[in-house]
Amino acid sequence: MEKTWNNKAWFLVLPVLLLVAFSAVIPLMTVVNYSVQDTFGNNEFFWAGTDWFDDILHSARFWEALQRNLLFSFIILILEIPLGIFIALNMPKKGIGVPVCLVLMALPLLIPWNVVGTIWQVFGRVDIGLLGYTLAALGVDYNYVRDPVDAWITVIIMDVWHWTSLVVLLCYAGLVSIPDAYYQAAKIDGASRWSVFRYIQLPKMKRVLLIAVLLRFMDSFMIYTEPFVVTGGGPGNSTTFLSIDLVKTAVGQFDLGPAAAMSIIYFLIILLLSWIFYTVMTSSDADA
Amino acid sequence: MSFSWMAWTLPTAMFFLTILVLLIGMSIWEYFAPGGSPRIGILRFETTRGDRLFISLLGAAFIHLAWLGFIGPNLWWALALAVVYAIGVFRFV
Repeated sequence: MEKTWNNKAWFLVLPVLLLVAFSAVIPLMTVVNYSVQDTFGNNEFFWAGTDWFDDILHSARFWEALQRNLLFSFIILILEIPLGIFIALNMPKKGIGVPVCLVLMALPLLIPWNVVGTIWQVFGRVDIGLLGYTLAALGVDYNYVRDPVDAWITVIIMDVWHWTSLVVLLCYAGLVSIPDAYYQAAKIDGASRWSVFRYIQLPKMKRVLLIAVLLRFMDSFMIYTEPFVVTGGGPGNSTTFLSIDLVKTAVGQFDLGPAAAMSIIYFLIILLLSWIFYTVMTSSDADA
Repeated sequence: MSFSWMAWTLPTAMFFLTILVLLIGMSIWEYFAPGGSPRIGILRFETTRGDRLFISLLGAAFIHLAWLGFIGPNLWWALALAVVYAIGVFRFV
């Protein structure tokens, strides 16, 4: 097909380009500039070369935070994706139950991240929180402030509570778009419930599932607010993810050079993973 | 308007100028050969020349980081390796 050339369209794109320049490109350039220098404030900078990158790459603290991030994202995906599919499959497809379920599912998504953190911080407290107090009354030794495993369980359950709804809604949208003719054909063939899921529902949900996996992976990999509010990265450093470590370095210690170097490495990892997911998604679309 | 808060240095300015020159070069290439020359290479999915530049730049960043982490701070060999890698990407991907 002949391509239509209309250079006036560039003027319409210009506001967005300017906005992106000010909100993303210029800050990114500044971070790159900071990453090769040292500063003690007062707008004075000293050349450091690749020293900060070297420090970060040889820092056990950085690799431990990265491992925690990867583990957290992995756990989130293996919990939220199957659970989201399961709930979507069992949601009503017609009747009054549909709007009720949709509203219930959407509720956690409407709550701001810091409020979610505060809710779970109070909820899990052994002295006044419903969850913590109940578990203590049942004789379960649960204390997310003291025990790293309890802190991880709390942060993971909080994320599952907050974000499984997104997976549910995406899967549900994929499921309701399947024409009835598919189910009728399956019924005529005497297909089992598993076969219907495996050969009709799952392939039809593939595209939305990839979006769900991408969104949940990226969001869980960049998680900051909820664990910061609930555990502050503790106990010790057990729930210190890369984003929390980054803020501690930049704002807590005012080490802007190392923080900038860490930001760039973090950014590159996210860029690489985003590209892999994007490629998988677009390749699977091309195959479909 | 002062840009001193951006803490510019000559090496970082040269780095961004190189990226800018690459983007302008790609735009000129696209002007003379429109369509992005899509093809399926060794990675078994379709890439345009813009994709190949992205893969080259992202790979170059990780080559430099890996060199810095495993070998040392002299990055000239990493740069040479990144150029070879980019040529390979544009030739085979």
